[in-house]
Amino acid sequence: MSALLSRLAEARKEGNVARLAEAIPYARWMQIAPENGTGELLTRMRYHPELIGNTFLPAIHGGTLGAMLEMAAIFHLLWETETETVPKIVNITVDYLRSARPVDVIACAKVTKQGRRMVNVFAEAWQEDRSKPVATANAHFLVKSDADAPPSL
Amino acid sequence: MPPLTSKEERIALFQQWFSDNIPHNKALGLKVIGASRGFASMQLEWREELVGNPETGVLAGGPLTAMLDGCCGMSVATMLKAPEPFATLDLRIDYVRPAEPGKPVIAEAECYRITRSVAFTRAFAHHGDAKDPIAAAAGTFMLGTKGKATRPPLGDKP
Repeated sequence: MSALLSRLAEARKEGNVARLAEAIPYARWMQIAPENGTGELLTRMRYHPELIGNTFLPAIHGGTLGAMLEMAAIFHLLWETETETVPKIVNITVDYLRSARPVDVIACAKVTKQGRRMVNVFAEAWQEDRSKPVATANAHFLVKSDADAPPSL
Repeated sequence: MPPLTSKEERIALFQQWFSDNIPHNKALGLKVIGASRGFASMQLEWREELVGNPETGVLAGGPLTAMLDGCCGMSVATMLKAPEPFATLDLRIDYVRPAEPGKPVIAEAECYRITRSVAFTRAFAHHGDAKDPIAAAAGTFMLGTKGKATRPPLGDKP
């Protein structure tokens, strides 16, 4: 069993989803972590100056928004679905709706279609006002072990 | 300033501009390795903190996303007649195979069409052989957005 899946089992036992991020070096470095304090699973990317992609506005780098939407989708699949393998991302399309200011970014995800091997996930990111998303994404993940599958985690 | 004609000068200027104005690219350690009209290429060194799965050492999708976004953006910048602000409209990434642990990743982007409002780009990420990609990207960019120019001045006429 992968370290992430054993971490998932521990996190479930403790009811503390934030522990999932501890098993992913990139999530730790980016300060991206899931939280479920409100009962809803959300993923937060804590603002730090290294996220900036445009010093003039200033605005958060679009690539980091894509990255956190992808992480939000993965955390959602791990926590909210009965996955037995770590989901492998096949592709992601990110739409950039507004420039993201230098504050925390929060995202939620939902499964649009759950197939036997493939899952389609929608994710949405916002800052202070949830009705004003800064970016949305659609992604496909393989959720069945397959030696030939694409990467991800 | 006279127009920059040498390849080295152009790369150095983009690298400098990149590191000064795009802190996240600097944090990732993105290195500009090529810049010519319509084309941009960059290199990302493998490092532990960019890994998604510590058991395999495979990079997370995020660093590739950020790199491909940056590289596509830079290919747009090389097409601008004068510095002008622009922003990513959408970005699609296909992860076609895992990045190999420990190996640097190279991204190569092409801006193949630019209009008054929108620029269209494609990019591939690979380990040195462009015919054996790790990821493929398609990005579109909106031109004339808010803020200041997102391109270094390359000796433009006023």
